[in-house]
Amino acid sequence: MSQITDLSFSELKKSINDRVLSSVEITSAFLDRIESLNPRLNAFITITRDVAMQSAKDADTAINKGTATPYTGLPIAHKDLFCVDGTLTTCGSKILSNFIAPYDAHVVGQCKNVGLVSLGKLNMDEFAMGSSNENSYYGPVYNPWDTTRVPGGSSGGSAAAVAAQLTPLATATDTGGSIRQPAAFTGTSGLKPTYGRVSRFGMIAYASSLDQGGLIAHTAEDIAHGLGFIAGHDPRDSTSADQVVPDYTQTLNEPLKGKVIGIPKQFFDDRLDSAMHQAMDDVLDVLKSLGATTTEVSLDHVAEAIPAYYVIAPAEASSNLSRFDGVRFGHRADKPTDLIDLYERSRGEGFGNEVKRRILIGTYALSEGYYDAYYKKAQQIRRLIRDDFNRALGSCDLLFGPTTPSTAFVLGEKTADPVAMYLEDIYTVATNMAGLPGGSFQAPLIDGLPTGYQLTGRAFSESMILNAAHQVQMVTDWHKLRPEGL
Amino acid sequence: MSLTSDEVKRVAKLARLGLTEAETTEILTHLNSIIGLVDQMQQIDTDGVAPLAHPLELRQTLRTDAVAETNQRDKFQANAPHVDAGLYLVPRVVE
Repeated sequence: MSQITDLSFSELKKSINDRVLSSVEITSAFLDRIESLNPRLNAFITITRDVAMQSAKDADTAINKGTATPYTGLPIAHKDLFCVDGTLTTCGSKILSNFIAPYDAHVVGQCKNVGLVSLGKLNMDEFAMGSSNENSYYGPVYNPWDTTRVPGGSSGGSAAAVAAQLTPLATATDTGGSIRQPAAFTGTSGLKPTYGRVSRFGMIAYASSLDQGGLIAHTAEDIAHGLGFIAGHDPRDSTSADQVVPDYTQTLNEPLKGKVIGIPKQFFDDRLDSAMHQAMDDVLDVLKSLGATTTEVSLDHVAEAIPAYYVIAPAEASSNLSRFDGVRFGHRADKPTDLIDLYERSRGEGFGNEVKRRILIGTYALSEGYYDAYYKKAQQIRRLIRDDFNRALGSCDLLFGPTTPSTAFVLGEKTADPVAMYLEDIYTVATNMAGLPGGSFQAPLIDGLPTGYQLTGRAFSESMILNAAHQVQMVTDWHKLRPEGL
Repeated sequence: MSLTSDEVKRVAKLARLGLTEAETTEILTHLNSIIGLVDQMQQIDTDGVAPLAHPLELRQTLRTDAVAETNQRDKFQANAPHVDAGLYLVPRVVE
């Protein structure tokens, strides 16, 4: 058989359920691969070998005693903004470089409840602010397909770790594209669920009305398994939706015949380069061959999503990040002369450049005299965007488009110009503004680099997104391609 | 609209964010290009459109007024830079 680390989460599940592999064998195989490849990829900030091996032994005991769940003993790694009790949780920032989380995030607890083994904590852009993972205090993550390129961000560590087979499943978060864009850049599958589908409890906040936890893996089927145990109502997050969690694996094989795929014309205008356009047409041909039909739709205000996002997200961030004050946890400046000096220097030393920019933009947008021109205006545009999606999804089942304008760019290419970096998320941001679920799945390679297509659905229609992506994956090989020469 | 160096300093003060003189200069250029992007919003007519604060327009729910948490002060304060006798220490505020 192939190596253990070649297997997807679903394949590993079968192996462990059939007693072909033990959790100790699986866990040690992934840990060995992490230790061998992480120095070149920098996908992990913290590797928790001892805790992982102990969990694996406990899992094997539970399996032998018959007390296991179908997921007991399978590995996962968490983006470093999910609090894991007793483990360093940095959020990619210097300001949390000494923060040992005193409790588990809801998502982490759910993974523990089904018996998953956590391998460690994954690198990310500081406070999830970035589209290239170059904003991490712990250094950039390198794209396993070409280590001169970025893996995307902010969940760059999650995406690179799955692509390089360092973990079969990774948690991630998406505020403006941070799951979907790195999934597209690394040839992985990633799902941002509906806002409220997954509890944000214990997930370090960036922009609370946009943040949503999700998953990155090799296939839609893997995500269908994972979403089943991380989704659900949590009274500790007041925005968590009190809705039944369906068995996402049960609907993967439904035929696509009769499904209508909406093609937003704004996603296919002349800004989209021809190679990417061709890759998208190839995916559409597969969807059509499976019985889906297409119809053109319009998202009139999608171009304004980025400007409005860069008011709303920084405004919320400036408020959320005020908790980092050097008093109760995190970095504290040496020898403060007074309380203001303590705040200003702790924050000035602890935050990186992009975080500082967003705190300042957010503070400015919320400051006296500017509220109507910026924050209120952005929220009005947010409604227009949300209404556009509702209208478009009234005439189709799913929206289809590219996840990104191009393949992964070279490290350093966009760091000098924050606005160029922001425009990377042109196809993903609007989904967050509308709170809808969106997934990115593997499309054909362009010049040896991965691309992704994006499916966006109505609120709580994750089943349909995963169903469509799974059907495509059943008849194509794009999701089976792996980076070579690692 | 564009920001001046003094405005950046004022906003940084509001945000309790210490910036060096060199940082202020660099950040000013970046902030102005971000504001240039953000100002594209002004081209859209939003007269009469109600602001949307939350995508699903959820209502905040109330929980039962019952004790749900136990006291874990020592565990939480293990992360604090400076504590004494269960108190967080900061520079003297009142003389």
